[in-house]
Amino acid sequence: MTDPAATKHGPGRILIAVYGVFALAATARAGVQIATKFSDAPIAYLLSAVAAVIYCAATFALAKATNVSRKVATTAIAIELVGVLAIGAFSYAVPDDFPDATVWSHFGQGYGFVPVVLPVLGLLWLRRTR
Amino acid sequence: MFAPLTWFLVALSLAAMVYAVVLAARNKRIDWTVLGALGVIEVALVAQLVVGIVQFAGTDRDVSGPFFIGYLIGSLIILPIGAFWALAESSRWGAGVLAVACLVIPILELRLHDLWAV
Repeated sequence: MTDPAATKHGPGRILIAVYGVFALAATARAGVQIATKFSDAPIAYLLSAVAAVIYCAATFALAKATNVSRKVATTAIAIELVGVLAIGAFSYAVPDDFPDATVWSHFGQGYGFVPVVLPVLGLLWLRRTR
Repeated sequence: MFAPLTWFLVALSLAAMVYAVVLAARNKRIDWTVLGALGVIEVALVAQLVVGIVQFAGTDRDVSGPFFIGYLIGSLIILPIGAFWALAESSRWGAGVLAVACLVIPILELRLHDLWAV
């Protein structure tokens, strides 16, 4: 029987801090985009909002570190990984559909590619603390 | 933008980040030196907010208001939340959290600089 609280201590502390930064950045970015110029690129901005919700869910679930929240975190981070890979690939394949950048465009190039590395580290950390 | 304040913030934040990394590498916990540096950075960020709003109000540059003001306000909450999250961790990883928080400040300042320069 492992301690579920292990998720939020040690290296996990930094992982959650980075998730928190992205939760904040993605939420603020999506909020401004949708409030000021939604009609410019509705699909991209809705995806920004989806990304923001997922980052917030992952941050709080990792920080809560209970048996239930671990499942929430695992689900959120798995969706995040699929999302960044799918949006990253699509944004290269059909750039016209992404006239303005989302946090996941080009595998998170605008954010130093951290968005594509973060879910991998997240899932590895969840497995390590299982 | 008042460039010297921006570069002061970038330099001090990076110095605090390096210090926090050294603490973590030496298996030390957060100390008053790094917390004091965070306090100075936070005061400078408040000054940057005031300078930024005054200059934004008086400029005819094509600066994106929501993003510019958003970055100015957003930069204020990074260090307090980071410190709160770091202080609750009684190991080297608390200092690591502060290093992450300190790295965010120069990124935001450079974005502000770019937004203003456009």
